[in-house]
Order: sequence, then C-alpha cells, then structure tokens
Amino acid sequence: MNKPASSPSLSPDMARTIYRKAYLINRTDERFRAMLTNGELAVAYYPVRGHEVIAAAAMAALETEDYLVTTYRGLHDALAKGIPSRLLWAEFAGKRTGTCKGKGGPMHITHPETGVMVTTGIVGSGIPIANGLAMSSQIRGENRVAVASFGDGASNIGAFHEALNMASVWKLPVIFLCQNNQYAEHTTLAAGTSVSSIAERAAGYGMPGVSCDGLDPASVYEAMSEAVSRARAGDGPTLLEARTFRLLGHIFGADYSYVPKEDLSAAEERASMAKLRQWISERQVSEAELTQIEQEADAEIEEAVAFALESELPDPDEIRFDIYETEQAA
Amino acid sequence: MSAEKMSFAQALNAALDDAMADDENVIMLGEDVADEQGGGVFKVSKGLSDKYGTKRVRSTPISEQAIIGAAVGAAITGMRPVAEIMLMNFITVAMDQLVNHAAKLRFMSGGQTNVPLVVRTTTGAGVGFGGQHSDMLEAWFAHVPGIKIATASNPADAYGLMRSAIDDEDPTILIENITHYGMTGPAAKPGYRVPLGKAAIVREGGDVTLITYGRGVGDCLKAAGQLADEGIEAEVIDLRTVSPWDEEAVLSSVAKTKRAVIVHEAVRPFGAGAEISSRIHEELFGELAGPVQRVASYPSPVPFAKPLETAFLYSVADIVHAAQQATEKKV
Ligand SMILES: Cc1ncc(C[n+]2csc(CCOP(=O)(O)OP(=O)(O)O)c2C)c(N)n1
Ligand SMILES: [Mg+2]
Repeated sequence: MNKPASSPSLSPDMARTIYRKAYLINRTDERFRAMLTNGELAVAYYPVRGHEVIAAAAMAALETEDYLVTTYRGLHDALAKGIPSRLLWAEFAGKRTGTCKGKGGPMHITHPETGVMVTTGIVGSGIPIANGLAMSSQIRGENRVAVASFGDGASNIGAFHEALNMASVWKLPVIFLCQNNQYAEHTTLAAGTSVSSIAERAAGYGMPGVSCDGLDPASVYEAMSEAVSRARAGDGPTLLEARTFRLLGHIFGADYSYVPKEDLSAAEERASMAKLRQWISERQVSEAELTQIEQEADAEIEEAVAFALESELPDPDEIRFDIYETEQAA
Repeated sequence: MSAEKMSFAQALNAALDDAMADDENVIMLGEDVADEQGGGVFKVSKGLSDKYGTKRVRSTPISEQAIIGAAVGAAITGMRPVAEIMLMNFITVAMDQLVNHAAKLRFMSGGQTNVPLVVRTTTGAGVGFGGQHSDMLEAWFAHVPGIKIATASNPADAYGLMRSAIDDEDPTILIENITHYGMTGPAAKPGYRVPLGKAAIVREGGDVTLITYGRGVGDCLKAAGQLADEGIEAEVIDLRTVSPWDEEAVLSSVAKTKRAVIVHEAVRPFGAGAEISSRIHEELFGELAGPVQRVASYPSPVPFAKPLETAFLYSVADIVHAAQQATEKKV
C-alpha cells in the first residue's frame, strides 16, 4: 500500500500545529548542535535533521494520553509529543531539573505526563514495550493507542519481528512507526535490509503496511491518522513507514563522507525548511501567523537554554534513589 | 500456617489466584499459560484463565523478548504483570528487556516510571534435562541493580514470596525449582506474605551457619541432622531472596557461630556464594574461626548422563564435609 502524495485535506489548524512542531524541532536540533560545536555542552547527540516532519505530523495525529516509545534519536519525537522544551533541555544538559533529574540523559527521556513512556538506546527494544502499553490500554478498555518509533535498521532485529507478530495476534492498538532514513550508522538500507520498503514486512505479520513520504506533512498525517483510527477501533496494529533521509552523520561529530553527495543534496533540497514553510503558507496560514509561530518557538528555545544552563547539577547523593522504591544505603 | 497441606504447584496457583482476585491490575502472560493451552507446563496457572478470562491470562507466541517487553510496557502503566518464562535458560533470549529495561527504567526516568513486574521461571539439575534446561542463573540478575531475585524452599514460602513480589513496586524474578513442584508442606493462609529481602532461620545452632536458598535448604537441613549426630549444631539460614539479600541476618548468625558455609546449586565461580563470602570476610574477618566455605555445583554445563549429572551437583555429603572443615572436627 503506497500512499499517494498528499491530498489537500489538512486543515489550516492542523497545518499550523505541524509547522509549529517541525519548526521547534528544527531550531532545537540546530541550537543544540551549535552548543556542542562551541563546547557549551558535551554529550552524545543523535541529530534529527530530516526527521522533523515525520515527528511533527505523526504526533499531531495523537492525543496527549497516547503512549510513545522512542529511541536515542528521539529529540523530535519528544518535542512533537509535547514535552516542555525547558525540561528536555535540562535533561539533555544532565541537570537536576530535567525530566529525569539528570539520571537518564538524552538517550533516556521519559515524561509520562505527555505520554513519553520510554526512550531506549537499544535498537529495536522499544517495540515490544509499546505492545505492553497497548495491551494495558486494551485490557483496561481505554481509548489510548501506543506508538513505537524506530529506525529502518531496527526492523532487522528480532524484537521487531516478535513484537509485530504478537501485536497482530492480539490485535493491539499500536502503531509501529518506522522512520526510514536510509542508513543504520554506516550501513545503507540496501546493504543491511532484505526489502527496499520496510512496509513490505507487514505482510509477514498479517497487518497493514503503509509507506508514506516523511517529508510531506499531509502524507504522514493522513497515514498516521488512519493507523490511529484503526487502532482505536480495535482493528489492530499498523506498520507505518515514513521515508526520509539522514541529513547528517549518525551521531553528532561523526564522519558521513560515505553518504553520496548527490543523494545528500537532493535530500537537503527536499527537506528544506523554506519549502515546508511555503507549503504551509499555501494552507491558509498567513505570513503573520508563521512569523508568530517562529518567534514563539525561538523564545521557547532561548528560555529553555537559559533554564538548562542555570539549573544545578544533581547532588551526588541522588545516586541512591530510584534504583528501587526504597532508597539504597550509601 | 494451617494444618492443611499444599504442594508447591498448588501454593503458586493459589497465590496467583488470590492476587488476581484482589487486584484487577494483576495479569499473566506466557507460553501455554491459559487453560486452553493446558494451564502451564507445570499446571501452575491451571483454572486461572477460565476464572479471570484470556484478556488477563494470556497464552503467548514463543517470543520471550516480546513477552517480557509487553510485561514491562504494561507494568509502567501500573498493571502488575506476572510473566512466565517456561525454563530459566530461555530467559537468555529476554535479557535485554530485563537488564536494560525492567531493571533500569525507574532510575533512568528519575523515578517517573517503575516496573512492578514478576517473572516466574523454573529450572534445576538432577532430572536429566541436560545443558540448556537446567541452569541456575540467579547470580546474573543479582549483579544487576534494580532487579530482585528470590526463590522459595517450601510451598508456604512460595505462596508468600509470590504475593510479596506481586505487591512489590520493582521487578522481581522468582525461580521455581523443577524438583519442587510435587513437594508438599503446610499450606499458607490466604494473604500470607514473605517479605522480600528477609531471610528465615530454619534451624538454630551455635557451631556453624549454613547459608542457602531454594533446594539447598532441604539439603542443608539433612546435613544439619547428620552433623548433629557428631555433636555439631548447625544454624541453617534460608535467604529466600537472593538479591537484595539479608546481610543483617547472615552477619548476626555468623558473628555468633564464627563459621560459615554457603550452599547453592548454581556453579561455584562468581556465584552468589562469592559475594556472601566476601561480605562476611569484610565484616567479620577478625572474629572468624576459619575461612568461609562454599559448596556449589561443578563448573561445567549441566550434563545429561546420570553419573555426570551427579558429579555436577553438590551432595549432602559435600555440605557435611565443608561444615566439618569449618568446625575443624574432622572424623
Ligand atoms: C541492539 C543494538 N545494537 C547496536 C547498537 C548500536 N547502534 C546504535 S544506532 C544504530 C543504527 C540504527 O539504525 P536505524 O534503526 O536505522 O536508526 P537511525 O539511527 O538511522 O535513526 C546502531 C547499530 C545499539 N544501540 N543497539
Ligand atoms: Mg536509519
């Protein structure tokens, strides 16, 4: 099932929401990398350039109560799901005011209030956990859905295959959102994956497999909305592949000269924020509104950066807490 | 305890039944656990899906990672899943979910989520299941902060540990010894709890402390009987929880007896006995009458043929011998 590129059904409201999220993600990623470059922060960071629209449009199709499990490359998902910038920045900086008191760091963001339940650094491991979130919703008769977000490379690990089979057998309200950026570290899709479209793998598990254009907000939003409706209706899981391109190295600072220049520049062109802005402006969103969205996002980021930098580091004694319910001896 | 008797399997079944009746958040999942699939290979979950429905008692595909992953996901929403991993060796397939996720999510989330998960699993040498169905792997999990591991030596404790593990806000692995299912003992009263982390002194004595858990408890009691005939009075401690273990109970007993023997079915190198022995030496070195002894299985894969399997497992005679050495009353 291949989604035809975008019908014009996105409402201006939804277009605005998607742009706000995508812009915030794009600017946050850029600001964060700038701080890493000039040494203001020193942490392992997996850039999300090229993934902004997938997260923005997919999460726009969810409610706050819906569950999300994401990965180390998860800044975009976390912001799009609604985690306040300041909490996220403080956690990225390892501060006690962060989402996880500085105990998780960028690779382990959790914020149940916005449904971000797990961020894992183990490729593919979040997929079975999303099943559990969905199973809980199913047993309790809630209307929530769970989303597992992961990469193309993750579709080669056993956890993916076990989880898709189980979700299909149990008709769980879960969406497997594969953000296919064509690379798993240095390995291309062709070199490491037996299919050229991850969505094809759904056939093996008796569930719908849908591939959408991850750089087209309407394509992502519509495909995601359909998957969400299916899950809420009790009709089970969907494997939704959103195709994009990784525009930077796997991890911040890593060499990516192995990515062919032509591919990269073609993708940069398709993923340009100016193009996205133009597209949104064609959906009854005025220039003034766009400017306002941008100014608000810029202000949110600056406020969050200041908060993160000013916040205190955790007290060393904090190590004894949250290992078990009861604190551990020193 | 009432005068009534119960088998290990019945005790576990009753604990699960009572926990499911008390709290609708308690659910079960595992291979063949529902009644349509037989109610579990050892019938521990028999009757439960008929009573509570297959939404709450779910037979799963043969997918250990997906079983534990689903249990972890459900647990962080406040459900209390009891996941069965049929045999302990199969837990190796789900190590990532247990070690990287179940054990760490509370900490890595800064306490925003926690994983009230119970994993039931069975294992044990001596029944001819060979190398891949018999290992005791408790030390692996004892080495992982954030997870608890316990094992019962009698049916009433099996009931009480199960109830406590289900109540507990953190992940707990409960090992059932494959040789124990048919063992009968006094039945636990409904609602009985054995606190996690608390050992039981199952026999008092002043000459040597035998520290053990699971199957080792019965063997240490047998050894203590033989030692008593020689005039050596052994104190036997059933740890019940292997991690976090009851240091206080062990150290105060050894402070009294000045001699300790640690007994476990798992192979000796890097086993739980190494940590316990080390802690005793650290805390009581000057007071000990001699070095702490360890009795454990021989470091080989669990063999199949009977003479080899016998060579693998420690024996009651080994415990007696170690206690004699510890007390320097050699015969
Ligand atoms: C189980 C496991 N194996 C290997 C790694 C190292 N690793 C981290 S990211 C990555 C590539 C994953 O590629 P993909 O799933 O496509 O996600 P992307 O990084 O492209 O977003 C690898 C191999 C890991 N974190 N976990
Ligand atoms: Mg990739």
